[in-house]
Amino acid sequence: MRNPQLNANGELTHLLTLEGLPAEVIRHILDTAVPFTSIAERDVKKVPLLRGRSVFNLFFENSTRTRTTFEIAAKRLSADVINLNIGASSTTKGETLLDTVDNLVAMNADMFVVRHSQSGAPHLIAAHLDRTGRGHVHVVNAGDGRHAHPTQGLLDLFTIRHYKHDVRELTVAIVGDILHSRVARSLIHGLTTLGTPEVRAIGPQTLLPTAMSSLGVRVFHDLRAGLAGCDVVVMLRLQNERMKGALLPSAGEYFKHYGLTPEKLACAKPDAIVMHPGPMNRGVEIDSAVADGAHSVILPQVTFGIAVRMAVMSIVAGN
Amino acid sequence: MNLEIRNGRVVDPAHGVDAPLSLYIAQGRVAAVGDAPAGFVAERVIDAAGCVVCPGLIDVATRLREPGFEYKATLASELRAAVAGGVTGVACLPDTDPPLDEPGLVEMLRHRARLLDRAHVYPIGALTVGLAGAEITEMGELAEAGCVAFSQAEAPIGDTQVLLRAMQYAATFGHRVWLRPQDPHLGRAGVAHDGEVATRLGLPGIPASAEAIALATIFALMRETGATVHLCRLSSAQGVAMVRAARKDGLAVTCDVAVHHLHLCDVDIGWFDTQCHLVPPLRGTRDRAALRAGVADGTIDLVCSDHTPVDDDGKQLPFAESEPGATGLELLLPLTLKWAREDGVSLLRALERITSAAAAVLGCPGGSFSPGAPADVCVFDPEAHWTVGAATLSSQGRNTPFLGLEVSGQVRQTLVGGTVVFER
Repeated sequence: MRNPQLNANGELTHLLTLEGLPAEVIRHILDTAVPFTSIAERDVKKVPLLRGRSVFNLFFENSTRTRTTFEIAAKRLSADVINLNIGASSTTKGETLLDTVDNLVAMNADMFVVRHSQSGAPHLIAAHLDRTGRGHVHVVNAGDGRHAHPTQGLLDLFTIRHYKHDVRELTVAIVGDILHSRVARSLIHGLTTLGTPEVRAIGPQTLLPTAMSSLGVRVFHDLRAGLAGCDVVVMLRLQNERMKGALLPSAGEYFKHYGLTPEKLACAKPDAIVMHPGPMNRGVEIDSAVADGAHSVILPQVTFGIAVRMAVMSIVAGN
Repeated sequence: MNLEIRNGRVVDPAHGVDAPLSLYIAQGRVAAVGDAPAGFVAERVIDAAGCVVCPGLIDVATRLREPGFEYKATLASELRAAVAGGVTGVACLPDTDPPLDEPGLVEMLRHRARLLDRAHVYPIGALTVGLAGAEITEMGELAEAGCVAFSQAEAPIGDTQVLLRAMQYAATFGHRVWLRPQDPHLGRAGVAHDGEVATRLGLPGIPASAEAIALATIFALMRETGATVHLCRLSSAQGVAMVRAARKDGLAVTCDVAVHHLHLCDVDIGWFDTQCHLVPPLRGTRDRAALRAGVADGTIDLVCSDHTPVDDDGKQLPFAESEPGATGLELLLPLTLKWAREDGVSLLRALERITSAAAAVLGCPGGSFSPGAPADVCVFDPEAHWTVGAATLSSQGRNTPFLGLEVSGQVRQTLVGGTVVFER
C-alpha cells in the first residue's frame, strides 16, 4: 500500500499523519522550519514562497489557535488565505464533505488546511483529489478526530529538538487523555520514527486506548513513577465534557492523580521541559506554578508552530 | 420441461454425493441423480463438462433494500445478482423502511418476488415493532404471511426483560429467533474492532467482549425459555469458543459467519478504507483464524454473504460516518471456495455450508438433490477466474472490499424450480 501522502518519487504532497512518514521527510520539515523562526523577528515578516497561491482554511470543527497560526503561516509565505468555518452546519445543509471540497477546488484552491471532527476526513479528501486527477491540490491535516494532528506533532518535535537537541537520547512522557488525543498519536509516531528510545504514556485506563503499547510506548498509570528520569513532559488537555462521567469521577480527583505540580515534576530530570498543546486547563491537568515556571516551554511551542506550519506548507506546495 | 445436466461433477452435500453423474429434472423437480428415470426424455441437455453441479446456494443474510431504500438497490436488481451468484434462495433481513413488522409488508414483498420469478425469498420478520426493542410483533400473523424466523437485524435489544419475553413468546409457537450477538452498550458508537488498528487510527472501538456478553445473555435466556436461536455473524475467537462450549453442553444453537470475515481482518482497513467498514467489525488475525477453524469443524454451521448494497455516496464519507456493509451475493461462492482451497476443506464440506446447512437452519425446501425436491441448481466452473469489479457485478451495490481481486469459481447456469434463470 502506497503512503497516501507521498507521490511516486517519495515526496510529500499532502501532510495527513506522521505515521509511516520516513524519518528523513520529518527531519527535512524540521530543518526547513529553522530559518523561518527568524522571519518573525524581521521588520517585513514575509517571504514570497507561496505568492499567488490560495490556501483555504477548511475548519469543520471550531478552532482559534490552530486556525490562526495556519493563517499567519500562510500569510508570511505571501499566500492568499481564505478562512471557512463550516462547523457542523455543512451536514445539516445536506452538502457532503466532498461536494464542499469540489466547490472550493472550482474556486481554484491550491491547498486545503483541514480540521474535521472525524478521524480520516483529510485522508478521504486527499484520496478524492488524487483519484479525480487533482493531485496538485494539497491537503494539510490540521487535526482529524482522535487520529492525527501532524503539524502539532511536528512543532512538538521542533520544540524538543530546540531544547534537547538529540531526540535519540531522550525519555519523553505524554500525560493525560491519550484516548481522545490526536496530538498524542502524532507525537508518538514522530518520536518513534526519529528514534526516541523511550516514550511513555501516563494516564488512567479509561483515558488510554486499548492497544496503547502497540504504538511502541511504555504505559504507566502512576504519574510519579512515569515521570522518573524524564527529559520531556507533555501534558494533554482534558476536555470539559470528559471531566465528569464514566471516564473520570471529577476534575479534582483527576488533578490529584495526574495534575502536574512542581512537586511531581521534581520526579523528572532537573532540566526537564514541560510542554502543552493548549489551551490549558490550569488546576485540572497542570498547576499554574508549572505552566508559568522555569521548565515550561509552552509559549515557545506556539511561536515555533508558525515556523513549522510555514515549512510544511512550503514543502508540500513545492512538490 | 424435462432437463438433463450431464458430464458435470455432482456435489450434493445433503447426501454425501461427489461424483461425475447426470442430474435429471422433470416438472421443476429433481427426478433422479445418476441413472435416468424410466422413459425420461430430455427436452434440453446442459453440458456441464468441467463444471460442478450443486444445489442452488441459500444465503441467510441478504438485504434486498425494499421497501424504503430503493435508491440503494431494488428487489429486481438484487434477485438478479442472487441468481448470477448461483444463489436460489435468500433470507432477507427486516431492517427495511418501514421494517418488516407487519404482515402486509411481508405479503407484498413475497408477491413482488414471485412476480420476478428468480430466487426464492424467505423474509425474516421483525422480532419487535419497528425493531425498537420494546413491543413484540404479531409473530403468528407474520409467520402466516411467510416469515421463516424473527430477528432484530442490527438493532440489539437492550432490555433483557423484553428479550426474555420475545424469546418466550417465540418458543411458545415454535418460531425461530435470529440474533446477532452484540451488547448494545459496549457496541455504541463503535465502528471498528477495539484493537491496534482502532488505536492507531483513532476510531471508536467495539471490544470483542461486546459479543461475549451478548452470547452469555442469549445462552442463559435460551436455557430459561427453550427458544430456538440462530446466532448471526459471529466475529470473534472468543465468540467461537463460547458457541463451541455451549454446543458441547447440549445447547441447540446454530450460527453463521459472513464470508468476508473469513478473509479479512482489521488491518485491511489500511488508511480508513470505508469498504472495510462492516458490521460486525473486522477483528484481528486470531479472530479470523478462529472463525475459519470454526466453519471447518462445524461449530459455525453456515457461511452467508451478509449482502448489503451500499451506494458510492454511502462509502465516500469519513470512516465513522460511512455506511457499513458490502455487496456479497455474487461473492459467496468464490469466497467460500477460496477459503476451502486455502484450508484444505473438501468441496463437499464447503458447499454444505452454503446449501444444505443453510436450508436446515431456514427450514426451507431446497439445498439438496433429494428426488422430488425443487430443482434449484447451480452449475459453476470452479476453475474459471474473474476479477471482482463494477463491470462484473450485477448487484446495484458495487461496493466491496474485494474490488479488483481475482477469484475463481464462476456460475454458468442457475436454475430455480427447473427453469434456467441465469446463464453465462
